Amino acid sequence: MIVDGAAPSALHPPLAPARPIRTRLVLTVAGFGALTLVTCVLAPLVGSSSINLRRALDTSIPFAVNVDAQILFIARLPRVLAGALVGAALASSGVVFQALLRNPLATPFTLGVSAGASLGAMLVIILGGTLAVGPWSPVPAASLAGAGIAAAIVYGLANGPRRVMSTTVLLLAGVTLNAFFSALILFVQYLADFAEVYRATRWLMGDLDVGGFDPIVAALPLIVVATVIFARLPAALNLMGVDPDSASSRGVDVPGTQRWAFFSASLATSAAVALAGPIGFIGIVVPHLVRLLVGVDHRIVLPASALFGATFLVLCDLLARTLLAPVEIPVGVVTAIVGGPFFLWLLVREA
Amino acid sequence: MRLPLGLALALLLTIGAACRNAAPPAPARAQRIVSLVPAVTEMLFAVGAGPQVVGVSSYDHFPPEVEKLPKVGALIDPDTERILSLRPDLVIVYGSQTDTEARFKKAGIRIFNYRHGVTDAILGTLDTITALGAATGHEAQAREVVVRMTTGLDRVRMRVAGLSRPRTMLVIGRQPGTLQGIYVAGGSGFLNEMLEISGGQNVFEDLKREAVQPSSETLLRRAPDVLIELRAPQPAGDYPAGDLGVWNTLASIPAVRDHRVHLLVGDFVVVAGPRLAEGAEAIARTLHPDAFK
Repeated sequence: MIVDGAAPSALHPPLAPARPIRTRLVLTVAGFGALTLVTCVLAPLVGSSSINLRRALDTSIPFAVNVDAQILFIARLPRVLAGALVGAALASSGVVFQALLRNPLATPFTLGVSAGASLGAMLVIILGGTLAVGPWSPVPAASLAGAGIAAAIVYGLANGPRRVMSTTVLLLAGVTLNAFFSALILFVQYLADFAEVYRATRWLMGDLDVGGFDPIVAALPLIVVATVIFARLPAALNLMGVDPDSASSRGVDVPGTQRWAFFSASLATSAAVALAGPIGFIGIVVPHLVRLLVGVDHRIVLPASALFGATFLVLCDLLARTLLAPVEIPVGVVTAIVGGPFFLWLLVREA
Repeated sequence: MRLPLGLALALLLTIGAACRNAAPPAPARAQRIVSLVPAVTEMLFAVGAGPQVVGVSSYDHFPPEVEKLPKVGALIDPDTERILSLRPDLVIVYGSQTDTEARFKKAGIRIFNYRHGVTDAILGTLDTITALGAATGHEAQAREVVVRMTTGLDRVRMRVAGLSRPRTMLVIGRQPGTLQGIYVAGGSGFLNEMLEISGGQNVFEDLKREAVQPSSETLLRRAPDVLIELRAPQPAGDYPAGDLGVWNTLASIPAVRDHRVHLLVGDFVVVAGPRLAEGAEAIARTLHPDAFK
């Protein structure tokens, strides 16, 4: 793997990029950012019904009786915002997990965080828990708890008392835990009544219709914290992507970076799954597509993936809510139908 | 934790073909009955065949007598061995349980095939009760039940005749504490028919499915005048008191604005069984309180 624009060093002079990294970063972020912005501005204007925008923004009509305003501000804007946040969180977590595990097939769901989250949500849906935690309603709260427990188990397994974090153990433990939790999910569903099983299955397909800003406000702090950590990772991830040992010799705190990468990506994934359910394919399709477009430097790939992930999910959700209106298509089904074949094409094309 | 099967099936069979009850062949009077279908168990007890029931599904809770009977699994996990050990001469299965059906036929046990109706669902329920009466030797009582139900439904119809029909939404599922995962009764199935009889007009009448999952945009756009959440009594803790308050977010919905968001709790509103008329009356009382004063 060629690390374009890696940190300079006497032994390993950086490959001369066409443009300095700062310029490329600005150009990429500006380009992808503009795309995201346009999508997020236009997406709320389209929906399963048509709204009168002038009426929606007319403040002389009381909000309580202004259907157009309510559709715009309660039904559509939160949905687009949730889509952008979840898309960005999952896509960037995908990038970080792929770099951390040094495995191009890693997704935000590989290490069992989402399976833990799903198990938590399933238990509350099926057993009927009522415990709301702060701004989190019962199902997302349980989902967050499940994600936290799963992440803690995987982390605990990968960090033995007398050894540093092993990404191999991390990957194997994560995959095993994922399968284990998935089996528990099936077991819980098997014991439940049909109606709950249906609701639970629907939850697994993902849903961005969060019905207001409150759930977004609840998830936002976690995603912001994860993003702040993400911002400090790319240079180290670049070097570790080549070889953790040589990265170490170049002054990278490898165990520290691995810990922060694991923590931040797990945090972002947990928040995204708690908010909208485990929406698949974004965490793998978006990073790979972005790498095709901008190369492999994580300083560029990470922000570009976040922005493109936001765009991609907002567009998929636009299809989900309009194609069969007034009936909805689960957004996870749309991302899979759009993302699956696309990813296969990428695989064949790259092979 | 458990919702009754009527609602469960309503959710499962959203894309089901319209089907009617298949009458069992050779109606010899069954003496030992195993029912895998809670709605049918309820019908059996209603027609007086309760003492002949020797086993019920794991989801059976009504009438209270069933709690003492052996539980033998349900739609996906019928315990063949357990059922055979009860030496039944009639097993009531779901229309989709073809494997189970074949197994009992091989054992020479008669099968009653229950199909959950989507079109003319209430008529289908009445037909099922009649057929069960014939299969269990309680023809006269079955006829009585059917007459009682039909009169009950007619009484509700007459109470609301000529009254304006509020545009109504029947919510049959919602994620607690949120406006997510909302399921409403669509334009087919017994809930839609009950609403019709109760003098309401389903805002999702045009969607010919039993259950529909609308987005909040669709909810706002359909703007129902009355919103009724139907819940099975269990799980008791599933929805905390005051949970209906989440609807206040969608303030432009007339039902929310005019404080016409209601909650109806009880099996009788969600099971397509002998208590349909009671269910219809409960909905009618909610929609037209003045008509029942």
